[in-house]
Amino acid sequence: MTAATGYNFAYLDDQTKRMIRRAILKAVAVPGYQVPFGSREMPLPYGWGTGGIQVTASVIGPDDRLKVIDQGADDTTNAVSIRRFFARTAGVATTDRTEEATIIQTRHRIPETPLAEGQILVYQVPIPEPLRWLEPRETETRRMHALADYGAMHVKLYEDVARFGRIATTYDYPVMVNGRYLMRPSPIPKFDNPKMHMNPALQLFGAGREKRIYAVPPFTEVRSLDFEDHPFAVQSWDQSCALCGSTESFLDEVVTDDKGGRMYVCSDTDYCGRRRDRKEAAE
Amino acid sequence: MAMTAAADSGLHPGFADPGLDSQRVFRAVLEAMARPGTIVGLPARAAGPAPLDAATTAILLALADYETPVWLDGAADQPQVAGYLRFHCGCPLTADPKAAAFAVIAAPMGMPPLSAFNLGSDEYPDRSTTVIVQVATLTEGAPWELGGPGIRDGARLAAGGFPPGFRRWVADNHELFPCGVDLVFTCGDALTALPRSTRLEG
Repeated sequence: MTAATGYNFAYLDDQTKRMIRRAILKAVAVPGYQVPFGSREMPLPYGWGTGGIQVTASVIGPDDRLKVIDQGADDTTNAVSIRRFFARTAGVATTDRTEEATIIQTRHRIPETPLAEGQILVYQVPIPEPLRWLEPRETETRRMHALADYGAMHVKLYEDVARFGRIATTYDYPVMVNGRYLMRPSPIPKFDNPKMHMNPALQLFGAGREKRIYAVPPFTEVRSLDFEDHPFAVQSWDQSCALCGSTESFLDEVVTDDKGGRMYVCSDTDYCGRRRDRKEAAE
Repeated sequence: MAMTAAADSGLHPGFADPGLDSQRVFRAVLEAMARPGTIVGLPARAAGPAPLDAATTAILLALADYETPVWLDGAADQPQVAGYLRFHCGCPLTADPKAAAFAVIAAPMGMPPLSAFNLGSDEYPDRSTTVIVQVATLTEGAPWELGGPGIRDGARLAAGGFPPGFRRWVADNHELFPCGVDLVFTCGDALTALPRSTRLEG
């Protein structure tokens, strides 16, 4: 694809990139803390990944190889548009393969293939503040973070236990980063939470509308909140993937007709496709 | 001939390709900050004025601008340095270390304690100063064992040329977490970082 002319490399102007880069460095130095930044208007609406795009645009260079996923899939509208955006404005190489990518921008999943040192995972974040639905005032949540006053979140999880007998939160499940900051992992399924813990890759989070950047450095402790008698546990399925047969990946339920027919398939299309390729090659 | 003129009075050049060189240098600093103690080579350089090392110059060119007041220590506070930073970065220079977004220490032996800089606040720890310290060596000093985010099993940093009590300052700075300054050590063409999240073991 030919690179678009008339734009700066990776779309954003250099001053904006410097401002975002400084925010990223501070975010890495204070893991889990949300650094305010001057989010710019992007050529797509808020809610479509403007935060992640601004972070990627500030980090990416001509030698990088970019992968973009939306709910695990490389071929959905949002992923295709963002990948094409960077192919055109930065002229960078793109890939579907998790281990080939140097930068992976993601909406709502962490790839099943384990990440490696040197990779950067960029999350698109709608609401960065884990306490927002418990306390609407920014001044108050900021103070709660300053004082590490996270009792309200434990009460919320406890109310789940009291009402349903278990913690009912299944995505955007709150985590403690480095034992200090309560962090929203973005709306990934809680299935992915354990992958954040001591991950060799650098994890960056960008929230465009809410104007916040935060980070989890490599090899950082990320603990999902729980109680001694209600320990954190991830989802599991009775089914295996209908396409590749995986019993270890996160499965999407796909309705196939109007008579109650449904199938379960891997949400990570790269992982699923390559398992199928390997199976075919073996046969 | 041109070089001599530049060394004497004229303005030194910035990056050959400001956009992409800034990106490369930022990634080097990000790598250093994300993996404390890792020594990262400088991917792009500019011939800055003495006494700034290539890495110090490159970090400032990549990250400083009109939003970031820069504080220079006595050794770095030279007319050619001030002129260079004003021209290429457009950054304000400040005499107040508490007001600095970046501080440049060219002569560590005479540096003020880390607590003299902006440590950020409990509400806004990101507003603290990033202190760039030009050291004599990154590999031949007394080794420090490091732990914390970005470090798997332990890391070691053997920078040297610090004033007495510097290790204590770094340990105290970590105690302030989430407040505290972030340190970048530069030496010639190499750099490494000690964010406030890093603890000194032993």
